[in-house]
Amino acid sequence: MARRRPLRHVTFTLGAVITLALLATAGLSLLYTPADPLAMSIGGRLQGPSGGHPFGTDQFGRDILSRVMTGAVTSIAVGVIAVGIGAGVGVLLGLLSGYVGGWLDESLMRLIDAVQGFPAILSALLFTAVFSPGMVVSMVAIGIAFVPAFARLARGSVLELREREFVVAARALGGRDAWLLLRHILPNSLPPLIVQATTSFPVAILAEAALAYLGLGTQPPYPSWGLMLKEAQNFLSLNPWFAVFPGGAIALTVLGLNLLGDGLRDLLDPKTA
Amino acid sequence: MRRYVARRVAALAVTLLFVSALVFVVVRVLPGDPVAVIMGTEGGREAGDRLRRAMGLDRPLPLQYVTWVAGALRGDLGRSIQYDVPVGALILSRLPVTLPLTLLAAAFMVLGALPLGLYAATRHRRAGDYAAMIVSQIGISVPQFWSGLLLILLFSVRLGWVRSGGFDGWSAGVGPALRSLLLPAIALGFFQAAVLVRATRSAVLDVMREDYVRTARAKGVSEPRVLARHTLRNALIPIVTVAGIQLGQLVAGSIVLESVFALPGLGRLALGAITARDLPVVQGVALFVASVIVLVNFAVDLAYGLLDPRIRYE
Repeated sequence: MARRRPLRHVTFTLGAVITLALLATAGLSLLYTPADPLAMSIGGRLQGPSGGHPFGTDQFGRDILSRVMTGAVTSIAVGVIAVGIGAGVGVLLGLLSGYVGGWLDESLMRLIDAVQGFPAILSALLFTAVFSPGMVVSMVAIGIAFVPAFARLARGSVLELREREFVVAARALGGRDAWLLLRHILPNSLPPLIVQATTSFPVAILAEAALAYLGLGTQPPYPSWGLMLKEAQNFLSLNPWFAVFPGGAIALTVLGLNLLGDGLRDLLDPKTA
Repeated sequence: MRRYVARRVAALAVTLLFVSALVFVVVRVLPGDPVAVIMGTEGGREAGDRLRRAMGLDRPLPLQYVTWVAGALRGDLGRSIQYDVPVGALILSRLPVTLPLTLLAAAFMVLGALPLGLYAATRHRRAGDYAAMIVSQIGISVPQFWSGLLLILLFSVRLGWVRSGGFDGWSAGVGPALRSLLLPAIALGFFQAAVLVRATRSAVLDVMREDYVRTARAKGVSEPRVLARHTLRNALIPIVTVAGIQLGQLVAGSIVLESVFALPGLGRLALGAITARDLPVVQGVALFVASVIVLVNFAVDLAYGLLDPRIRYE
């Protein structure tokens, strides 16, 4: 098969463009927003889109465009850290489980099965019952929900690679277990893990929005897309646009990241294409 | 066969034990003093001690855990602080909302996904396939609670066809009850279908590449019959697996949709319990929902083993 050129791949390119636009928006919002996302204005509440406020204003007269822009930072931050937690813990457990084997493998896998019973929303409910809600709870709860997938993937590749010749040879040369795992096994199991991380990222963004919507995640007055939708719901008949823009931002972001993930999978793993 | 099932059941028991331990650690161990969480800064020392004794929190942690699990096995999940009724009864009283919502959404999911996925597979790499994939890609990207809001905006605010939320209970009639669940089930089911469409398409495509499908075609079997008898039946195994795993996600999703549509289900029970610092209820609902998801995953796993003998002899 001919070598695949990433930019010829429509899905990948489209996804990359949308994702870059998201990153640029988030970066820009740190330096410049059309208005202060936290500045209220009693006179200009719940306005529809206009020249002064292209996305309109919310129930406190805050500029929705500025808040949607700043919300991108929240989404990216929670997404990156949640995927980091899930990948870090999951890969560690998976490597350990697959490499050591025996009863440790058996118990860790049952633990992973148990963790699978806790979608992000359920963990967040539990954590919020004893700690105060906020971005940290979101990140941890979403991260936990990702652990099983990463752990299974990592375990699977260890089992597959453990008896391969280059690993056996490295062991025969006196390589220690940790060295074998980090230097020989982990690098060779990276491509599926990278794809998993890319496909987890949009899921994390959806989950963050849902948690903020339920009041279990990012708290006011910080702009989060999910939180904005929660606020917008009370004013659906007064200013429907308020519910349209933050939701559209989530959908577009997730679409871009999904396309990027699909494209990446096609490019990295031609078998499934 | 019997040994396979026995092994899976033993694994399930261990998994459920882990589920209970996770819930227990978060609610009883991590906060240090659960009574402080429940009472906040209000209430004196004596009231705190009374509550501690009433909830059995003055005893050693391992004993508390064993007592709690033993109770849970008998269906006793403790008493709600807020309502002063058994947590088990509270959960049962909310199931008539969450369960039908989840099942209705599951039905919409399958009804939406199977035909579209099958259609996409038969039009592989043609316009119909791409259109179906675009539809599913959009479905995956739209947050379910946002689609719920948009449905409210359209059908309730603009057209005035249905109420924007609320639930009068099944005693008010099956018709009105179903109507209250319709929009949330659509938001939940059709958008969850997006994932299943892709799974259906790739499963059907895989089977269509098999020799026996080519043989059937070569024998002159009609195309609809090839699809129904030779392709779909064999593709069903992976499809059922994905659908089963998604059932767990529908349960989680219903928690969010209940909030959008103000439905008095399990999710709203848990959210209310958090505001009221009603730890036994949060603990009970979490244990219940997580166990249900684990049981669904177990059932899917078992079904997979029953349908495909190769899995059993792993």
